[in-house]
Amino acid sequence: MRPFAYEHADDLAQASRLGRDAAQGQTDAPVQFLAGGTTLIDLMKLDVLRPERVVDIGALRARYEAVTAGPDGLHLGAMARMATVADDPAVLRDCPAIAQSLQLAASAQLRNMATLGGNVLQRTRCAYYRDPSWAACNKRRPGSGCTAIDGFNRNFAVLGVDSACISQYPGDFAVALIALDARVLLSGPDGARQIPIGDLHRAADGKPHIETTLKAGELITGFHIPASPAARRSLYLKIRDRQSYEFAVSSAAVALDLDGDTVRHAGIGLGGMAYKPWRAREAEALLVGKPLTEAAAEAAARAAFAGAVTHGGNDFKPELGRRTLVRALMQARTMTIQTGEA
Amino acid sequence: MADTNTKTGPSRRHLIGGAAGIATASGLAANAATVAAPQAATGQAEMALTVNGRERRLTVDVRTSLLDALREHLDLTGSKKGCDQGQCGACTVLIEGRRELACLTLAVAAQGRPITTIEGLAGEDGRLHPMQQAFIDNDGFQCGYCTPGQILSAVACVKEGHARTDAEIQEYMSGNLCRCAAYPKIVAAIKQARDQMEHG
Repeated sequence: MRPFAYEHADDLAQASRLGRDAAQGQTDAPVQFLAGGTTLIDLMKLDVLRPERVVDIGALRARYEAVTAGPDGLHLGAMARMATVADDPAVLRDCPAIAQSLQLAASAQLRNMATLGGNVLQRTRCAYYRDPSWAACNKRRPGSGCTAIDGFNRNFAVLGVDSACISQYPGDFAVALIALDARVLLSGPDGARQIPIGDLHRAADGKPHIETTLKAGELITGFHIPASPAARRSLYLKIRDRQSYEFAVSSAAVALDLDGDTVRHAGIGLGGMAYKPWRAREAEALLVGKPLTEAAAEAAARAAFAGAVTHGGNDFKPELGRRTLVRALMQARTMTIQTGEA
Repeated sequence: MADTNTKTGPSRRHLIGGAAGIATASGLAANAATVAAPQAATGQAEMALTVNGRERRLTVDVRTSLLDALREHLDLTGSKKGCDQGQCGACTVLIEGRRELACLTLAVAAQGRPITTIEGLAGEDGRLHPMQQAFIDNDGFQCGYCTPGQILSAVACVKEGHARTDAEIQEYMSGNLCRCAAYPKIVAAIKQARDQMEHG
Protein backbone atom coordinates (compact mmCIF):
# COMPACT_ATOMS: atom_id res chain seq x y z
CA MET A 1 0.00 0.00 0.00
CA ARG A 2 1.26 3.45 -0.87
CA PRO A 3 1.74 6.08 1.81
CA PHE A 4 -1.18 8.40 2.46
CA ALA A 5 -2.22 11.07 4.90
CA TYR A 6 -4.97 9.92 7.26
CA GLU A 7 -7.51 12.51 8.30
CA HIS A 8 -10.50 12.26 10.54
CA ALA A 9 -13.68 14.25 9.96
CA ASP A 10 -15.73 15.12 13.04
CA ASP A 11 -18.83 16.21 11.16
CA LEU A 12 -20.35 16.45 7.69
CA ALA A 13 -19.14 19.99 7.00
CA GLN A 14 -15.59 19.05 7.86
CA ALA A 15 -15.81 15.90 5.75
CA SER A 16 -16.99 17.91 2.76
CA ARG A 17 -14.23 20.42 3.29
CA LEU A 18 -11.56 17.75 3.56
CA GLY A 19 -13.01 15.94 0.56
CA ARG A 20 -13.16 18.92 -1.77
CA ASP A 21 -10.62 17.27 -4.08
CA ALA A 22 -12.36 13.93 -3.84
CA ALA A 23 -14.01 13.83 -7.27
CA GLN A 24 -15.54 10.69 -5.88
CA GLY A 25 -16.00 7.82 -8.26
CA GLN A 26 -12.85 8.72 -10.11
CA THR A 27 -10.27 5.99 -9.76
CA ASP A 28 -7.37 8.42 -9.70
CA ALA A 29 -8.99 10.81 -7.21
CA PRO A 30 -6.38 12.06 -4.73
CA VAL A 31 -8.82 11.96 -1.81
CA GLN A 32 -11.00 9.03 -0.77
CA PHE A 33 -13.55 8.82 2.03
CA LEU A 34 -13.18 5.88 4.41
CA ALA A 35 -16.35 4.41 5.95
CA GLY A 36 -16.53 0.61 6.30
CA GLY A 37 -13.35 0.28 4.26
CA THR A 38 -14.28 -3.04 2.67
CA THR A 39 -13.74 -1.73 -0.86
CA LEU A 40 -11.26 1.06 -0.23
CA ILE A 41 -8.69 -0.77 1.90
CA ASP A 42 -8.92 -3.83 -0.36
CA LEU A 43 -8.25 -1.78 -3.50
CA MET A 44 -5.48 0.22 -1.81
CA LYS A 45 -3.74 -3.03 -0.87
CA LEU A 46 -4.04 -4.15 -4.49
CA ASP A 47 -2.50 -0.82 -5.59
CA VAL A 48 -5.59 -0.05 -7.66
CA LEU A 49 -6.60 2.98 -5.60
CA ARG A 50 -3.72 5.26 -4.66
CA PRO A 51 -5.17 8.17 -2.69
CA GLU A 52 -2.84 10.78 -1.25
CA ARG A 53 -5.34 11.45 1.50
CA VAL A 54 -7.88 9.21 3.22
CA VAL A 55 -10.65 10.97 5.12
CA ASP A 56 -12.14 8.76 7.83
CA ILE A 57 -15.86 9.56 8.18
CA GLY A 58 -16.51 6.97 10.91
CA ALA A 59 -17.44 9.75 13.34
CA LEU A 60 -20.48 10.55 11.19
CA ARG A 61 -22.02 7.17 11.94
CA ALA A 62 -24.00 8.16 15.02
CA ARG A 63 -25.74 10.95 13.13
CA TYR A 64 -26.38 9.12 9.85
CA GLU A 65 -27.17 5.50 10.72
CA ALA A 66 -30.86 5.74 11.56
CA VAL A 67 -33.50 3.62 9.86
CA THR A 68 -36.95 5.19 10.18
CA ALA A 69 -40.30 4.19 8.75
CA GLY A 70 -42.94 6.88 8.26
CA PRO A 71 -46.15 7.33 6.28
CA ASP A 72 -44.23 8.68 3.29
CA GLY A 73 -41.76 5.82 3.22
CA LEU A 74 -38.54 4.49 4.57
CA HIS A 75 -35.46 6.50 5.38
CA LEU A 76 -32.14 4.65 5.52
CA GLY A 77 -29.13 6.50 6.91
CA ALA A 78 -26.06 6.21 4.70
CA MET A 79 -23.83 5.12 7.59
CA ALA A 80 -26.15 2.28 8.63
CA ARG A 81 -24.50 -1.13 8.51
CA MET A 82 -25.75 -3.51 5.83
CA ALA A 83 -26.32 -6.23 8.44
CA THR A 84 -28.41 -3.97 10.67
CA VAL A 85 -30.71 -2.87 7.87
CA ALA A 86 -31.12 -6.43 6.56
CA ASP A 87 -32.58 -7.46 9.95
CA ASP A 88 -34.73 -4.36 10.50
CA PRO A 89 -38.41 -5.33 10.96
CA ALA A 90 -39.74 -2.24 9.15
CA VAL A 91 -37.47 -2.89 6.17
CA LEU A 92 -38.46 -6.56 6.08
CA ARG A 93 -42.14 -5.61 6.10
CA ASP A 94 -42.20 -2.50 3.88
CA CYS A 95 -39.41 -3.28 1.40
CA PRO A 96 -38.53 -6.98 1.40
CA ALA A 97 -36.38 -6.54 -1.72
CA ILE A 98 -34.10 -4.17 0.22
CA ALA A 99 -33.69 -6.59 3.14
CA GLN A 100 -33.04 -9.52 0.79
CA SER A 101 -30.53 -7.64 -1.34
CA LEU A 102 -28.55 -6.78 1.79
CA GLN A 103 -28.85 -10.20 3.39
CA LEU A 104 -27.64 -11.98 0.25
CA ALA A 105 -24.66 -9.65 -0.19
CA ALA A 106 -21.19 -10.57 1.04
CA SER A 107 -20.35 -12.32 4.32
CA ALA A 108 -21.68 -11.54 7.79
CA GLN A 109 -18.39 -9.84 8.65
CA LEU A 110 -18.42 -7.64 5.56
CA ARG A 111 -22.07 -6.74 6.12
CA ASN A 112 -21.21 -5.68 9.66
CA MET A 113 -18.50 -3.35 8.37
CA ALA A 114 -19.90 -1.99 5.13
CA THR A 115 -22.23 1.02 5.15
CA LEU A 116 -25.17 1.54 2.80
CA GLY A 117 -23.57 4.64 1.30
CA GLY A 118 -20.30 2.86 0.65
CA ASN A 119 -22.07 -0.18 -0.72
CA VAL A 120 -23.76 1.64 -3.59
CA LEU A 121 -20.32 3.02 -4.50
CA GLN A 122 -18.67 -0.42 -4.47
CA ARG A 123 -16.20 -0.80 -7.34
CA THR A 124 -16.42 -3.46 -10.01
CA ARG A 125 -14.94 -6.91 -9.42
CA CYS A 126 -13.45 -6.98 -12.93
CA ALA A 127 -10.24 -9.02 -12.51
CA TYR A 128 -8.39 -6.78 -14.98
CA TYR A 129 -9.36 -3.67 -13.04
CA ARG A 130 -8.31 -5.25 -9.74
CA ASP A 131 -4.87 -6.35 -10.96
CA PRO A 132 -2.55 -3.49 -11.99
CA SER A 133 -0.21 -5.93 -13.73
CA TRP A 134 -2.68 -5.70 -16.63
CA ALA A 135 -1.62 -2.56 -18.44
CA ALA A 136 -4.89 -1.97 -20.26
CA CYS A 137 -7.89 -0.93 -18.19
CA ASN A 138 -9.78 2.22 -19.06
CA LYS A 139 -11.35 2.34 -15.63
CA ARG A 140 -7.99 2.19 -13.85
CA ARG A 141 -5.83 3.97 -16.43
CA PRO A 142 -7.96 6.20 -18.66
CA GLY A 143 -7.25 5.66 -22.34
CA SER A 144 -5.22 2.48 -21.88
CA GLY A 145 -7.79 0.11 -23.43
CA CYS A 146 -9.87 -2.80 -22.15
CA THR A 147 -8.33 -6.23 -21.62
CA ALA A 148 -11.66 -7.87 -20.82
CA ILE A 149 -13.26 -7.34 -24.22
CA ASP A 150 -10.96 -9.98 -25.76
CA GLY A 151 -10.08 -11.63 -22.45
CA PHE A 152 -11.74 -13.97 -19.98
CA ASN A 153 -15.10 -12.28 -19.78
CA ARG A 154 -17.55 -14.82 -18.37
CA ASN A 155 -19.08 -12.70 -15.60
CA PHE A 156 -19.02 -9.41 -17.46
CA ALA A 157 -21.82 -7.02 -18.31
CA VAL A 158 -24.07 -7.35 -21.34
CA LEU A 159 -26.16 -4.19 -20.81
CA GLY A 160 -24.83 -0.64 -20.86
CA VAL A 161 -21.39 -1.63 -22.11
CA ASP A 162 -19.35 0.20 -24.71
CA SER A 163 -16.01 -0.27 -26.46
CA ALA A 164 -14.20 1.28 -23.49
CA CYS A 165 -15.47 -0.97 -20.68
CA ILE A 166 -17.56 -4.11 -20.20
CA SER A 167 -17.11 -4.36 -16.43
CA GLN A 168 -20.09 -5.23 -14.30
CA TYR A 169 -21.59 -3.36 -11.37
CA PRO A 170 -21.25 -5.95 -8.57
CA GLY A 171 -23.71 -4.73 -5.96
CA ASP A 172 -27.16 -5.95 -4.93
CA PHE A 173 -28.63 -3.16 -2.76
CA ALA A 174 -28.54 -0.50 -5.51
CA VAL A 175 -30.41 -2.87 -7.82
CA ALA A 176 -33.21 -3.11 -5.26
CA LEU A 177 -33.20 0.67 -4.79
CA ILE A 178 -33.68 1.07 -8.56
CA ALA A 179 -36.79 -1.12 -8.56
CA LEU A 180 -38.25 0.89 -5.67
CA ASP A 181 -37.74 4.39 -7.13
CA ALA A 182 -35.44 5.35 -4.28
CA ARG A 183 -33.85 8.75 -3.96
CA VAL A 184 -30.30 9.39 -2.81
CA LEU A 185 -29.78 12.19 -0.28
CA LEU A 186 -26.53 14.06 -0.79
CA SER A 187 -24.68 16.78 1.03
CA GLY A 188 -21.65 18.67 -0.13
CA PRO A 189 -19.85 22.01 -0.21
CA ASP A 190 -22.79 23.52 -2.16
CA GLY A 191 -25.42 22.21 0.26
CA ALA A 192 -27.88 19.33 0.20
CA ARG A 193 -29.68 17.84 -2.79
CA GLN A 194 -31.57 14.68 -3.79
CA ILE A 195 -31.24 12.60 -6.93
CA PRO A 196 -32.99 9.44 -8.16
CA ILE A 197 -30.79 6.40 -7.54
CA GLY A 198 -30.72 5.84 -11.30
CA ASP A 199 -28.82 9.11 -11.73
CA LEU A 200 -26.04 8.26 -9.25
CA HIS A 201 -24.00 5.98 -11.50
CA ARG A 202 -22.81 7.27 -14.85
CA ALA A 203 -23.03 5.36 -18.11
CA ALA A 204 -19.68 4.07 -19.37
CA ASP A 205 -19.78 6.67 -22.14
CA GLY A 206 -16.14 6.20 -23.13
CA LYS A 207 -15.00 7.42 -19.69
CA PRO A 208 -15.41 4.48 -17.33
CA HIS A 209 -12.94 5.94 -14.84
CA ILE A 210 -15.59 8.49 -13.83
CA GLU A 211 -18.18 6.34 -12.16
CA THR A 212 -20.69 8.58 -10.43
CA THR A 213 -22.31 11.97 -10.67
CA LEU A 214 -21.20 12.97 -7.17
CA LYS A 215 -19.54 16.34 -6.96
CA ALA A 216 -16.24 16.93 -5.24
CA GLY A 217 -16.68 16.75 -1.48
CA GLU A 218 -20.22 15.44 -1.75
CA LEU A 219 -21.27 12.58 0.52
CA ILE A 220 -24.30 10.33 0.55
CA THR A 221 -26.23 10.97 3.77
CA GLY A 222 -29.17 8.63 3.21
CA PHE A 223 -31.73 6.97 0.98
CA HIS A 224 -35.46 7.56 0.76
CA ILE A 225 -37.76 4.82 -0.46
CA PRO A 226 -41.32 6.04 -1.06
CA ALA A 227 -44.07 4.00 0.58
CA SER A 228 -46.10 2.08 -1.99
CA PRO A 229 -48.00 -1.18 -2.46
CA ALA A 230 -45.26 -2.18 -4.92
CA ALA A 231 -42.56 -1.79 -2.27
CA ARG A 232 -44.39 -4.31 -0.07
CA ARG A 233 -44.75 -6.71 -3.00
CA SER A 234 -41.05 -6.62 -3.83
CA LEU A 235 -38.31 -9.22 -3.84
CA TYR A 236 -34.69 -9.67 -4.83
CA LEU A 237 -33.72 -12.87 -6.65
CA LYS A 238 -30.01 -13.56 -6.86
CA ILE A 239 -28.45 -16.27 -9.03
CA ARG A 240 -24.80 -17.08 -8.36
CA ASP A 241 -22.12 -19.73 -8.84
CA ARG A 242 -22.32 -20.87 -5.22
CA GLN A 243 -25.18 -20.65 -2.80
CA SER A 244 -23.73 -18.16 -0.35
CA TYR A 245 -21.18 -15.35 -0.13
CA GLU A 246 -20.84 -14.77 -3.86
CA PHE A 247 -21.49 -12.01 -6.36
CA ALA A 248 -24.44 -12.27 -8.70
CA VAL A 249 -24.13 -13.86 -12.11
CA SER A 250 -27.66 -12.61 -12.56
CA SER A 251 -30.15 -10.91 -10.29
CA ALA A 252 -33.48 -9.16 -10.47
CA ALA A 253 -35.30 -6.86 -8.09
CA VAL A 254 -38.98 -6.55 -8.85
CA ALA A 255 -41.71 -4.49 -7.21
CA LEU A 256 -45.31 -4.98 -8.27
CA ASP A 257 -48.59 -3.24 -7.55
CA LEU A 258 -51.35 -5.60 -8.63
CA ASP A 259 -55.08 -5.12 -9.07
CA GLY A 260 -56.13 -8.74 -9.04
CA ASP A 261 -53.86 -10.14 -11.73
CA THR A 262 -53.48 -6.85 -13.55
CA VAL A 263 -50.29 -4.86 -13.13
CA ARG A 264 -50.81 -1.28 -11.94
CA HIS A 265 -47.12 -0.58 -11.50
CA ALA A 266 -43.92 -2.52 -12.04
CA GLY A 267 -40.42 -1.59 -10.95
CA ILE A 268 -37.56 -3.74 -12.27
CA GLY A 269 -33.85 -3.57 -11.47
CA LEU A 270 -31.29 -5.95 -12.96
CA GLY A 271 -27.98 -6.94 -11.38
CA GLY A 272 -25.07 -9.10 -12.47
CA MET A 273 -25.87 -8.04 -16.01
CA ALA A 274 -25.01 -4.42 -16.52
CA TYR A 275 -22.33 -1.77 -16.34
CA LYS A 276 -24.37 0.10 -13.71
CA PRO A 277 -27.40 -0.74 -11.55
CA TRP A 278 -29.86 -1.27 -14.38
CA ARG A 279 -33.46 -0.24 -14.69
CA ALA A 280 -35.48 -2.26 -17.20
CA ARG A 281 -37.93 0.48 -18.22
CA GLU A 282 -39.05 -1.20 -21.45
CA ALA A 283 -39.96 -4.32 -19.51
CA GLU A 284 -41.84 -2.28 -16.90
CA ALA A 285 -43.85 -0.48 -19.59
CA LEU A 286 -44.82 -3.74 -21.28
CA LEU A 287 -46.24 -5.17 -18.06
CA VAL A 288 -48.40 -2.24 -16.94
CA GLY A 289 -52.13 -2.50 -17.56
CA LYS A 290 -52.10 -6.20 -18.43
CA PRO A 291 -52.57 -9.43 -16.53
CA LEU A 292 -49.27 -10.80 -15.25
CA THR A 293 -49.05 -14.14 -17.05
CA GLU A 294 -45.91 -16.13 -17.71
CA ALA A 295 -46.16 -15.13 -21.36
CA ALA A 296 -46.34 -11.47 -20.39
CA ALA A 297 -43.33 -11.88 -18.12
CA GLU A 298 -41.38 -13.56 -20.93
CA ALA A 299 -42.22 -10.74 -23.31
CA ALA A 300 -41.05 -8.22 -20.74
CA ALA A 301 -37.83 -10.15 -20.18
CA ARG A 302 -37.14 -10.23 -23.93
CA ALA A 303 -37.58 -6.47 -24.02
CA ALA A 304 -35.24 -6.03 -21.06
CA PHE A 305 -32.40 -7.75 -22.91
CA ALA A 306 -33.15 -6.52 -26.43
CA GLY A 307 -30.03 -4.36 -26.36
CA ALA A 308 -27.69 -6.94 -24.83
CA VAL A 309 -24.15 -7.12 -26.25
CA THR A 310 -22.02 -10.18 -25.47
CA HIS A 311 -18.31 -10.92 -25.90
CA GLY A 312 -17.92 -14.70 -26.03
CA GLY A 313 -17.47 -15.77 -22.43
CA ASN A 314 -20.70 -14.10 -21.40
CA ASP A 315 -22.85 -15.26 -24.32
CA PHE A 316 -24.97 -17.24 -21.86
CA LYS A 317 -25.97 -14.20 -19.86
CA PRO A 318 -28.93 -12.70 -21.70
CA GLU A 319 -30.83 -15.99 -21.52
CA LEU A 320 -29.96 -16.41 -17.84
CA GLY A 321 -31.03 -12.82 -17.23
CA ARG A 322 -34.35 -13.35 -18.98
CA ARG A 323 -35.10 -16.48 -16.97
CA THR A 324 -34.10 -14.75 -13.74
CA LEU A 325 -36.50 -11.90 -14.42
CA VAL A 326 -39.38 -14.20 -15.37
CA ARG A 327 -38.90 -16.22 -12.19
CA ALA A 328 -38.71 -13.07 -10.05
CA LEU A 329 -41.92 -11.69 -11.56
CA MET A 330 -43.79 -14.97 -11.09
CA GLN A 331 -42.62 -15.22 -7.47
CA ALA A 332 -43.61 -11.62 -6.73
CA ARG A 333 -47.07 -12.22 -8.18
CA THR A 334 -47.85 -14.88 -5.60
CA MET A 335 -45.73 -13.73 -2.66
CA THR A 336 -47.28 -13.22 0.76
CA ILE A 337 -47.51 -9.57 1.69
CA GLN A 338 -46.77 -8.58 5.26
CA THR A 339 -49.28 -6.18 6.61
CA GLY A 340 -49.14 -3.84 9.55
CA GLU A 341 -48.70 -0.22 10.42
CA ALA A 342 -45.83 1.63 8.85
CA MET B 1 -1.27 1.45 30.27
CA ALA B 2 2.49 1.48 30.16
CA ASP B 3 3.02 -2.19 29.53
CA THR B 4 2.19 -1.95 25.87
CA ASN B 5 4.98 -3.06 23.62
CA THR B 6 6.87 -5.08 26.17
CA LYS B 7 7.78 -8.42 24.68
CA THR B 8 7.35 -11.29 27.07
CA GLY B 9 10.02 -13.57 25.77
CA PRO B 10 10.36 -15.03 22.30
CA SER B 11 7.14 -16.38 20.88
CA ARG B 12 7.03 -19.27 18.45
CA ARG B 13 6.50 -17.03 15.51
CA HIS B 14 9.47 -14.85 16.34
CA LEU B 15 11.68 -17.93 16.49
CA ILE B 16 10.34 -19.09 13.16
CA GLY B 17 9.91 -15.92 11.24
CA GLY B 18 12.29 -13.45 12.79
CA ALA B 19 11.10 -9.94 12.30
CA ALA B 20 9.98 -10.47 8.75
CA GLY B 21 6.75 -8.83 7.89
CA ILE B 22 6.95 -6.01 10.36
CA ALA B 23 5.87 -2.96 8.49
CA THR B 24 8.59 -0.38 8.22
CA ALA B 25 8.21 3.28 7.66
CA SER B 26 8.97 3.94 4.04
CA GLY B 27 10.83 7.16 4.59
CA LEU B 28 7.65 8.96 3.75
CA ALA B 29 8.12 12.67 3.76
CA ALA B 30 4.87 14.07 5.01
CA ASN B 31 3.74 16.66 2.53
CA ALA B 32 2.59 19.44 4.77
CA ALA B 33 0.82 21.20 1.93
CA THR B 34 -1.66 18.39 1.41
CA VAL B 35 -2.38 17.91 5.10
CA ALA B 36 -5.26 20.24 5.68
CA ALA B 37 -6.60 19.12 9.05
CA PRO B 38 -4.98 19.10 12.43
CA GLN B 39 -5.85 15.41 12.74
CA ALA B 40 -3.82 14.43 9.68
CA ALA B 41 -1.35 11.64 10.25
CA THR B 42 1.28 10.34 7.88
CA GLY B 43 4.13 7.89 8.27
CA GLN B 44 4.39 6.73 11.87
CA ALA B 45 1.36 7.49 13.98
CA GLU B 46 0.76 7.12 17.68
CA MET B 47 -2.45 5.34 18.51
CA ALA B 48 -4.28 3.59 21.33
CA LEU B 49 -6.27 0.40 20.85
CA THR B 50 -8.52 -1.27 23.40
CA VAL B 51 -7.78 -4.96 23.04
CA ASN B 52 -9.25 -7.61 25.29
CA GLY B 53 -10.11 -5.02 27.91
CA ARG B 54 -6.71 -3.34 28.06
CA GLU B 55 -5.56 -0.15 26.46
CA ARG B 56 -2.52 -0.73 24.29
CA ARG B 57 -0.50 2.18 22.97
CA LEU B 58 1.61 1.76 19.89
CA THR B 59 3.35 3.79 17.23
CA VAL B 60 3.04 2.25 13.80
CA ASP B 61 2.84 3.24 10.17
CA VAL B 62 -0.56 4.74 9.47
CA ARG B 63 -1.08 2.11 6.75
CA THR B 64 -0.95 -0.73 9.29
CA SER B 65 -4.02 -2.94 9.29
CA LEU B 66 -5.59 -3.89 12.59
CA LEU B 67 -4.53 -7.45 11.84
CA ASP B 68 -0.87 -6.50 11.47
CA ALA B 69 -1.08 -4.29 14.55
CA LEU B 70 -2.38 -7.23 16.59
CA ARG B 71 0.03 -9.81 15.20
CA GLU B 72 3.21 -7.87 14.55
CA HIS B 73 3.09 -5.19 17.21
CA LEU B 74 1.01 -6.52 20.10
CA ASP B 75 2.14 -10.16 19.86
CA LEU B 76 -1.45 -11.34 19.60
CA THR B 77 -0.90 -13.91 16.88
CA GLY B 78 -4.13 -15.81 17.42
CA SER B 79 -5.83 -13.76 14.71
CA LYS B 80 -4.65 -15.30 11.46
CA LYS B 81 -3.73 -13.86 8.10
CA GLY B 82 -5.24 -15.94 5.34
CA CYS B 83 -6.04 -13.97 2.21
CA ASP B 84 -5.48 -10.46 3.65
CA GLN B 85 -8.25 -9.37 1.24
CA GLY B 86 -11.41 -9.82 3.27
CA GLN B 87 -12.39 -13.07 1.61
CA CYS B 88 -11.47 -15.91 4.01
CA GLY B 89 -12.47 -14.77 7.52
CA ALA B 90 -9.31 -16.05 9.25
CA CYS B 91 -8.70 -12.57 10.70
CA THR B 92 -12.18 -12.22 12.20
CA VAL B 93 -12.23 -10.30 15.50
CA LEU B 94 -15.04 -8.80 17.51
CA ILE B 95 -15.18 -5.01 17.40
CA GLU B 96 -17.73 -3.54 19.79
CA GLY B 97 -19.11 -7.08 19.93
CA ARG B 98 -19.62 -7.37 16.15
CA ARG B 99 -17.62 -9.73 13.99
CA GLU B 100 -15.48 -7.76 11.58
CA LEU B 101 -12.38 -8.34 9.48
CA ALA B 102 -9.12 -7.09 10.97
CA CYS B 103 -7.37 -7.25 7.59
CA LEU B 104 -9.65 -4.63 6.03
CA THR B 105 -9.60 -2.36 9.08
CA LEU B 106 -6.94 0.30 9.50
CA ALA B 107 -5.55 0.15 13.04
CA VAL B 108 -5.68 3.93 13.24
CA ALA B 109 -9.41 3.83 12.46
CA ALA B 110 -10.11 1.21 15.16
CA GLN B 111 -9.24 3.51 18.04
CA GLY B 112 -11.91 3.91 20.68
CA ARG B 113 -13.72 0.72 19.63
CA PRO B 114 -13.16 -2.22 22.01
CA ILE B 115 -11.64 -5.23 20.25
CA THR B 116 -11.84 -8.86 21.32
CA THR B 117 -9.40 -11.38 19.86
CA ILE B 118 -9.28 -15.13 20.43
CA GLU B 119 -6.79 -14.49 23.23
CA GLY B 120 -9.45 -12.55 25.14
CA LEU B 121 -12.32 -14.99 24.79
CA ALA B 122 -11.62 -17.35 27.69
CA GLY B 123 -12.52 -16.33 31.23
CA GLU B 124 -10.07 -14.67 33.59
CA ASP B 125 -9.60 -18.01 35.30
CA GLY B 126 -8.56 -19.59 32.00
CA ARG B 127 -11.80 -21.48 31.58
CA LEU B 128 -12.58 -21.82 27.91
CA HIS B 129 -15.55 -20.05 26.35
CA PRO B 130 -18.32 -22.57 25.56
CA MET B 131 -17.60 -22.09 21.84
CA GLN B 132 -13.92 -22.94 22.29
CA GLN B 133 -14.83 -26.04 24.29
CA ALA B 134 -17.43 -27.03 21.70
CA PHE B 135 -14.88 -26.88 18.87
CA ILE B 136 -12.64 -29.23 20.89
CA ASP B 137 -15.51 -31.55 21.84
CA ASN B 138 -16.69 -31.82 18.22
CA ASP B 139 -13.31 -31.85 16.46
CA GLY B 140 -14.32 -28.66 14.68
CA PHE B 141 -10.97 -28.31 12.92
CA GLN B 142 -8.06 -30.14 11.39
CA CYS B 143 -5.08 -27.85 10.76
CA GLY B 144 -6.56 -25.17 13.02
CA TYR B 145 -5.51 -22.15 10.99
CA CYS B 146 -9.03 -20.85 10.42
CA THR B 147 -10.19 -21.84 13.92
CA PRO B 148 -9.71 -18.56 15.84
CA GLY B 149 -11.70 -16.74 13.16
CA GLN B 150 -14.31 -19.49 13.08
CA ILE B 151 -14.76 -19.37 16.85
CA LEU B 152 -15.11 -15.59 17.09
CA SER B 153 -17.45 -15.55 14.10
CA ALA B 154 -19.49 -18.35 15.68
CA VAL B 155 -19.79 -16.49 19.00
CA ALA B 156 -21.19 -13.49 17.14
CA CYS B 157 -23.42 -15.68 14.99
CA VAL B 158 -25.10 -17.07 18.10
CA LYS B 159 -25.42 -13.63 19.71
CA GLU B 160 -26.98 -12.23 16.52
CA GLY B 161 -29.63 -14.96 16.70
CA HIS B 162 -28.51 -16.43 13.37
CA ALA B 163 -27.77 -19.95 14.60
CA ARG B 164 -31.27 -21.35 14.84
CA THR B 165 -30.99 -24.08 12.18
CA ASP B 166 -28.20 -25.90 10.34
CA ALA B 167 -29.07 -24.02 7.15
CA GLU B 168 -28.95 -20.69 8.94
CA ILE B 169 -25.59 -21.50 10.54
CA GLN B 170 -24.21 -22.49 7.13
CA GLU B 171 -25.44 -19.25 5.58
CA TYR B 172 -24.26 -16.96 8.35
CA MET B 173 -20.88 -18.69 8.72
CA SER B 174 -20.11 -18.61 4.98
CA GLY B 175 -17.59 -15.83 5.50
CA ASN B 176 -15.23 -18.22 7.30
CA LEU B 177 -13.54 -20.61 4.91
CA CYS B 178 -12.07 -23.91 6.12
CA ARG B 179 -9.95 -25.56 3.46
CA CYS B 180 -9.73 -28.73 5.57
CA ALA B 181 -13.52 -28.74 5.13
CA ALA B 182 -14.37 -29.35 8.77
CA TYR B 183 -17.70 -27.68 8.10
CA PRO B 184 -20.08 -30.38 9.41
CA LYS B 185 -18.21 -30.50 12.72
CA ILE B 186 -18.10 -26.73 12.92
CA VAL B 187 -21.90 -26.67 12.57
CA ALA B 188 -22.18 -29.32 15.30
CA ALA B 189 -19.89 -27.31 17.58
CA ILE B 190 -21.89 -24.14 17.07
CA LYS B 191 -25.13 -25.92 17.94
CA GLN B 192 -23.62 -27.31 21.14
CA ALA B 193 -22.27 -23.91 22.20
CA ARG B 194 -25.48 -22.15 21.16
CA ASP B 195 -27.51 -24.21 23.57
CA GLN B 196 -25.00 -23.55 26.37
CA MET B 197 -24.77 -19.84 25.61
CA GLU B 198 -28.53 -19.47 25.51
CA HIS B 199 -29.37 -21.62 28.52
CA GLY B 200 -26.12 -21.81 30.43
